[in-house]
Amino acid sequence: MALSKKDIDYIAHLAHLEISADETPMYMDKLGRIVEFIDELGSAQTDGLLPMAHPLEMSQRLRADEVKATNERDRYQQNSAVTAQGLYLVPRVIE
Amino acid sequence: MSLTTRLNLSEMAAMLASGEASSRELTTECLNRIGAQDELLNAFISVSSDAALAAADAADKQRRSGDAGLLTGVPMAHKDIFCAAGTVTSCASRMLEDFISPYDAAVVERLAQAGMVTVGKTNMDEFAMGSSSETSYFGPVKNPWDLSRSPGGSSGGSAAAVAAGLVPMATGTDTGGSVRQPAALCGITGFKPSYGRISRYGIVAFASSLDQAGVMALTAEDVALVMQIIAGFDERDSTSADQPVPDYMASLEASIKGAKLGVPREYLDAGLDPAYGAVVETALDVYRQMGAEIVPVSLPNLSLAVPTYYVVCPAEASSNLSRFDGVRFGHRAENPRDLEDLYKRSRSEGFGDEVKRRIMTGTFVLSAGYYDAYYLKAQKVRQLITDDMTRCFEQVDLIVGPTTPSTAFKLGEKIDDPVQMYLNDIYTVSANLAGLPGISVPCGMVDGLPAGMQLIGPHFAEERVLNFAHLYQRETDWHTLAPQGTERQP
Repeated sequence: MALSKKDIDYIAHLAHLEISADETPMYMDKLGRIVEFIDELGSAQTDGLLPMAHPLEMSQRLRADEVKATNERDRYQQNSAVTAQGLYLVPRVIE
Repeated sequence: MSLTTRLNLSEMAAMLASGEASSRELTTECLNRIGAQDELLNAFISVSSDAALAAADAADKQRRSGDAGLLTGVPMAHKDIFCAAGTVTSCASRMLEDFISPYDAAVVERLAQAGMVTVGKTNMDEFAMGSSSETSYFGPVKNPWDLSRSPGGSSGGSAAAVAAGLVPMATGTDTGGSVRQPAALCGITGFKPSYGRISRYGIVAFASSLDQAGVMALTAEDVALVMQIIAGFDERDSTSADQPVPDYMASLEASIKGAKLGVPREYLDAGLDPAYGAVVETALDVYRQMGAEIVPVSLPNLSLAVPTYYVVCPAEASSNLSRFDGVRFGHRAENPRDLEDLYKRSRSEGFGDEVKRRIMTGTFVLSAGYYDAYYLKAQKVRQLITDDMTRCFEQVDLIVGPTTPSTAFKLGEKIDDPVQMYLNDIYTVSANLAGLPGISVPCGMVDGLPAGMQLIGPHFAEERVLNFAHLYQRETDWHTLAPQGTERQP
């Protein structure tokens, strides 16, 4: 299936990516080729099969509800460009 | 001292044990080789000389005090996807160019505890997305056998570094073949254990149901030594398998007389270069001579493995990489207009083309209206492919074949055609989809370039895979072939 400019814009929006008008034809071409390639899956006979999400037959492991990790907020926040008083700062959301 | 030959991990360990060399001497030699050769290879993103020499001195001191382990003081490198506390873990991306990891990955921690000395972090495809190590923000890695060719990927820096003798061992990660394919293209041994065998704690996540750490070295014996240290349960990784770790060295020499190796019929139709196929066929004779039987098996859905992978993997990647938002860590765009602008520009500036393409593909296959047709369908085909493999293992001990369809390709040759690039993974992705252990061992040369043979085993049959690989290397010497020096010419 071919992808239109509208499709690319919509996917980019969902993915939180900014794709410029110059780049759009490249994405239409390359993503289009990838989609054509994965379209082969349509030919597979999968009736009665359950979707496989994980290679091992294991269930989610649970642990005791005990505090183990210590609060290392200050250390972790060293990787953020803008913090203040332990908070991560972002542009104003509510006027 | 100056070593004239490429030494493997076991040889270095023996030199340290006998006192023939100190860790400082071996580490200095590795650093010198990196200094002399890496300008051409670009196998390293960062080299930590001071920290390495300090660790080497600590290892020498430990050895003098009599409590050294087998690998104490042996130099090595980590793929730059493994978090190492206090150092940049870039994942070869502008996004993480300045990211200083606050903690060690489980693999990094275990190897450091064993006394191994990390000399640096190796180059790779950005976020491990690629099969050529060309998508790195820090420039492509070159294949030491031919600098105009790709070393494969995504762990191409680790493969090139080991092949060129810069380090005797490097870590890698394998989501669709990223340890085995570069190992094949660079003529070294690359092992991806079963999903869950090695903790993924501290490895930057790419596709969580497929990712697994791996070992890249010159021999299967060296891989076994490292596996002994890094395999095993870790409660910090919720997908870590709670299974006992066997003694990998103990079974290396076990006889394979009467064993059955299965060659999938479909392998021949998957674009295999006939000369490469002939080399693998010759390798199978070695097993026949050891008393193993080679039998045909069938993987009827092989042609669907790569399309399945390229739905599941981008879907998981698009979800994992949503954490990069310019807020908590990673690249942050300057002067954002609003929150959405901050997200979009930080991501668009921080990610390279292939990463964006995979995020877009993943977002598309998970989006309303396409989820059932692509993502759910791919998950069902994944079960089909896994069932095919399981059926094979009812008949044979291991599946064997080529690791890649051809030897190393030219840099730039496939980079503009994503589908051609993806098809390089035809023989490797099934093991990831099914979570199985696989190894690539050097098995010959085609026009001066190395070819790899892949052995795939059932879940947690790492011992058997390493045993078969080791016995092949005991009978052959392809793994000892080294590329000509890549020292910069005056």
